[in-house]
Amino acid sequence: MIVSTVANLGATALSIIREMGRMVVFLAQTIMWMVRPPFRFLQLLKQMHFIGVKSLFVIVLTGTFTGMVLGLQGYYSLRKFGAEGLLGSAVALSMIRELGPVLSALMVTGRAGSAMTAEIGLMRITEQIDALDTMAVSPMQYLVAPKVLAGVLVMPLLVSIFDVIGIYGGHLVGVELLGVSSGAYTSSMESAVEWKDVYGGILKALSFGLIVTWVCTYKGYNTGMSAEGLGKATTEAVVLASVLVLIWDYFLTSVLL
Amino acid sequence: MTEMVKTSTPDAAGASSAVIRLVDLSKSFGQQPVLQGLSLDIPREKLTTIIGRSGGGKSVLLKHIIGLIRPDRGQVLVEGTDMTRLGQRQLNEIRKKFAMLFQGSALFDSLSVFENVAFPLREKTDLGEEEIRHKVLEMLEQVGLTGMEQKYPSELSGGMRKRAGLARALVLGPEIMLFDEPTTGLDPLLARTIHDLIQETQRRYRFTAVMVSHEIPEIFEISDYVAMLLDGKIAEMAPPAQFVRTQNPVIQEFINGGRGALCPDPASAGSVAAASQEARRP
Repeated sequence: MIVSTVANLGATALSIIREMGRMVVFLAQTIMWMVRPPFRFLQLLKQMHFIGVKSLFVIVLTGTFTGMVLGLQGYYSLRKFGAEGLLGSAVALSMIRELGPVLSALMVTGRAGSAMTAEIGLMRITEQIDALDTMAVSPMQYLVAPKVLAGVLVMPLLVSIFDVIGIYGGHLVGVELLGVSSGAYTSSMESAVEWKDVYGGILKALSFGLIVTWVCTYKGYNTGMSAEGLGKATTEAVVLASVLVLIWDYFLTSVLL
Repeated sequence: MTEMVKTSTPDAAGASSAVIRLVDLSKSFGQQPVLQGLSLDIPREKLTTIIGRSGGGKSVLLKHIIGLIRPDRGQVLVEGTDMTRLGQRQLNEIRKKFAMLFQGSALFDSLSVFENVAFPLREKTDLGEEEIRHKVLEMLEQVGLTGMEQKYPSELSGGMRKRAGLARALVLGPEIMLFDEPTTGLDPLLARTIHDLIQETQRRYRFTAVMVSHEIPEIFEISDYVAMLLDGKIAEMAPPAQFVRTQNPVIQEFINGGRGALCPDPASAGSVAAASQEARRP
C-alpha cells in the first residue's frame, strides 16, 4: 500500500518534470524558428490583430470597471484617514504595477489564448499540422512562432491601454461621483508614480505575453487526438497559463520592488 | 505464421525499380507494437495499394515513409537515402519529392480553396502571382473544381474536399504521392470518381503512388501492386491478378469480406480482376 502510494507519487512527479522539460524544449524551438528566415510578417500581423485588436473591447471594459472599483474602494478606505487626495496615486500605482498587467494577461488568456489552443489543437487533429510538415513548411515557424511573438509585442500595448482606461475609471468614480478634487487626483498620481513603476509594468506585460502564448500554443500543439482531448487541452491551457502568470507575477514583483 | 508470409516484391526484377525501400521497420506505441520488422519495396512510377485491418498500422506505415513518424528500428530508404537518419533541414529537402493526400484532406480551414492550392507554390517556389493563379486554376480544372476557388473548406462537400486536397498535393508535380484512405466516408459513386481521378493523374504525371485503402475490390482495378499488412508485416505483395489468387487463407478471408474464398476457384477470381484491370488501362 505504502509502496504503491510512493510509486504513484514518484510517477506523477516524473511525468510533471517530463512535461516541464518538453515545454522548455518547445519554447526553445519556437524562439529558434522566430529568428530563422523566412520571416512571416503577414502571419505576425494577423496574430497581432487577433490578440491585440480583437481583445481591445474586453480590455477596455475590464479596465474601466477595475479602475472604477479601485476608485470606490480606495475612496472609502482613504477617507477613514482623511487622505482622499491620495486616491489618484493609489489607483494609478495599483493599476500600473499589478492589476493592469495581471488582469490583461488573464483576459487575453481567456479570449485569445483559449482560441489559440483550440485552433492549433484542431489543426493537429485534422492533420493540417502534418500537412504543413509534408509540404516542408515548419508548423512551429508558420503557426507557433508568429503567435508567441505577437503575444509578446501586443501585451504591453494592451496593458498600457488597460492602465490608462483604469486610471480614468478611478477618476470617473473618485472625482466625478465622489467629489475628490481633480487636481489632487492627478497631482498625487504624478508625484507617486515613477518611471520604474511603468517599466516594471511593461516588463511584466512582456513576460506575461510570452507565458500566455507559450502555454496555449504548447497545449494546442500537443493535444489529445479527440474532441475530449481538445477540450481538456483548452481547459489545461487556460488554467496553467493563469496560474503561471500569477506565480511569475509574485517572483517578478519581489525582484522589482 | 512466418511460413505463410510470401512476399513477391517487384524488387525481384531489379532493385533499381524500387524508389522507396522499407527495411525491417518496427514501431510500437507504448506497449502496443504496430509494425514488427516490416520490409517493403515500392516500385517506381507504379500505384501500390496497401490494404489491411483497421487500426493495423497502415496510416502509421504511410507516415513513416514521409518522415512524420520515426521508427523504433529499421530504415526508410527513399532513392537510397535513409529518412530516419536525417536532420530537419535534410528531411525537408527530401520531402520536396513527396505530396500526401490525407484521410480528411487536411485543407487549411482559414484559407480558401484557391489559397490552399496556391500554398505550396507560394511557400516553395518563386513564381509570380499571375503564374501561381494560372497554375492553380489549371489544377482546379483538372480535378473538376472550376468555379470553387473562392469557397472555404467548410463550404465544400467531402468529395470536393478530396479533390481540392488532391489539387494541392499535385500542384508542385511530386515524384511520390501518398494517399491515406482517399475515399473513406464517400458514397460508392464518389469513391469511384476519386479512384478514377487518382488513376488518371498517376498515369498522366507518372508519379510513384502509395495508397492505403479499404476499398476492395475497387482497388484491384486501379492498382499496379497490392500489399497486405498483417500483424505488423507485409504478408503478401503482388499485382492484383496474382494477389487475389493467394493461397493465404487470412488474406482470402480479408479480401472476400470475411466469407472465406468468394469464388470456389480463386484463379477465376484473379482473372476477373485482371481482365477488369486490363480493360481500364488507357
